[in-house]
Amino acid sequence: MAVTSKQPLGAAYSATQAISQAPKRKNLIAIFALAPALAVFLAFWLLPFSRLILMGAEADRSSGISAYFTILTHQQYLISLVTTVTVSFTVSLVAVGIAGIAGFFLARHRFIGKSVLVAILTFPLAFPGVVVGFLVIMLGGRQGALAQLSLWLFDERWMFAYSLAGLFIGYLYFSIPRVITTVMAACENLDQSLEEAARSLGANSWQVTKDVIVPGIAPALLSTGAICFATSMGAFGTAFTLGTRLSILPLNIYGEFTNYANFAMAAALSVVLGLITWVALSLARKLAGSNVGAPV
Amino acid sequence: MSSSVNIILTQCSRTFSGGHTALQPLDLHINAGETLVLLGPSGCGKTTTLRIISGLESPDQGGRVQFGGQDVTTLPIEKRDVGMVFQNYALFPNMSVADNIAYGLKIRRLSRSEIEQRLAEVMRMVDLEGFGERRIEALSGGQKQRVALARAIAVRPKVLLFDEPLAALDAKLRDRLRLEIGQLLRKLGTTAVYVTHDQDEAMALGDRIAVMQAGRIAQLGTPQEIYHQPANTFVADFIGAVNRLVVTGKGADGQLTVPGGELTAPHLQEALSVYCRPEDIEVVALADAQVKGRVLQSIFLGQSQQLMVDTGGATPIQVKASSRQHWPTGAAIGLTLPPQALFHPELSHSKLATTSAKEQANG
Repeated sequence: MAVTSKQPLGAAYSATQAISQAPKRKNLIAIFALAPALAVFLAFWLLPFSRLILMGAEADRSSGISAYFTILTHQQYLISLVTTVTVSFTVSLVAVGIAGIAGFFLARHRFIGKSVLVAILTFPLAFPGVVVGFLVIMLGGRQGALAQLSLWLFDERWMFAYSLAGLFIGYLYFSIPRVITTVMAACENLDQSLEEAARSLGANSWQVTKDVIVPGIAPALLSTGAICFATSMGAFGTAFTLGTRLSILPLNIYGEFTNYANFAMAAALSVVLGLITWVALSLARKLAGSNVGAPV
Repeated sequence: MSSSVNIILTQCSRTFSGGHTALQPLDLHINAGETLVLLGPSGCGKTTTLRIISGLESPDQGGRVQFGGQDVTTLPIEKRDVGMVFQNYALFPNMSVADNIAYGLKIRRLSRSEIEQRLAEVMRMVDLEGFGERRIEALSGGQKQRVALARAIAVRPKVLLFDEPLAALDAKLRDRLRLEIGQLLRKLGTTAVYVTHDQDEAMALGDRIAVMQAGRIAQLGTPQEIYHQPANTFVADFIGAVNRLVVTGKGADGQLTVPGGELTAPHLQEALSVYCRPEDIEVVALADAQVKGRVLQSIFLGQSQQLMVDTGGATPIQVKASSRQHWPTGAAIGLTLPPQALFHPELSHSKLATTSAKEQANG
């Protein structure tokens, strides 16, 4: 060390001593600094979550076997699981399809009132699930717009609000704004010269869309689709407003917990719900990261 | 590929929505098989001109674009049969090298065997054999631009368009690729338009160069004409370095008095200033010198050195001298400016300069 060599022997000695003590002190400081984060992590995540996982392994009140096993063996739970996943998945697909096209159009065209339109389209993001459920009832409930119209035209009430179709519409309603905003941002980041290159080689607009634009925004579509899926899987407010008779996971968890005090089953369903959502999110992240190279 | 076409632009202007005019009405005739370089600083309209030729942009009302006698003004780029090379390569990141190059061939629905054959042919041309399965991300900048070049020529376009293709590469690679593009263009014989702001690139590649300034063509000519007979001071300044010497008086024998001495220039009698390239100025013994001054600074460049000589004028004279001479700051130096090296862009007489140079070469 060039610095210590210039100093008297005593100083050099104390300097080396200080260095040998430094890592210990550093560790202490690190632990001290990490303490709040660790406390939050323990109190709000690790402890309740491990408790939840363990609780799910306990015996279910009705079947008497482990609640995890009950989900897989009892049709009632299995159907609810499949329904929830199917509805969420379909909603994500349809939302990405509709809002993907709309988002691309909005990103590429300038017209009067565009900013107002974008603001209106993304407005549902501001609503909680309860309000979205209420809106679906206004549209497809007993006194809803569709019922009024069909009553007037065919003398019968058409309703869909209290079924899976209502749930589907509700979920779609709050998924579309997310996709539109993500796709618009992705389109603005697309390298325009890629499209120009494809066109110079003779590609028509359909071929440009298929070969350049869709691959270019694929990571954004995948990740926004995964987020739609995750939100739909766990959406409670909308489902609760539309009716507790619907057999979907969030309502099941609530029902087992409050109506039957079946804590083991509620815990097991929660863990399964969390696991599926987590897998979907990380899968999308992985696919979006490795499958499509970043533009130059 | 002998069927190259000419390109004719008639009264092509371009005004953007904000009212900014990027291009003044332009008439341009590009001969079949020639490489025309559009050269100029950024914002001069060169890229707009290229984009109008390509079909990516339309000229304002009244402008016309013709390829080989066919009016293509209203045709979009995908119907114009052009090959285009971009500054940022614009390669499709989701496709392999081979898929990138074959893209235009697949769009044209060629048979698989023909695609294979053309792919092999162009990959050999651009020295990319064996790279077919590589991912684009795994290529260096130079390799990427070769792929882009191969992709553009694979479709055997009527016209090849280059939009500053070498600007993103480092100097050494740029020189090499410039040479290769030049050889390729000569071999293909396709009409090409090449946009650049680099004068060396323009000189090396262009059969003719159009120097552009503020949305107009300042001069259109061969590299030699542009360099030795610049049409105006802008061109003279933009292409290579140039010295401007203010004429302060005139001797009885027609000698022009400039700061530091007198010059012989019978063809520039009316000139208020004369121009001279740094490499045309000779360093001579003080006794034989026309102009004398002091060295302000010498910059060693390896193959030569650049001397800044103060002759008492407002700006020092730039001289390109042999790099083996030693010129300390403050040293007295003698210069000779041969008559044929002196010119004035705005005086038509200045063309005498090259004529006398030719005579000298012949005699």
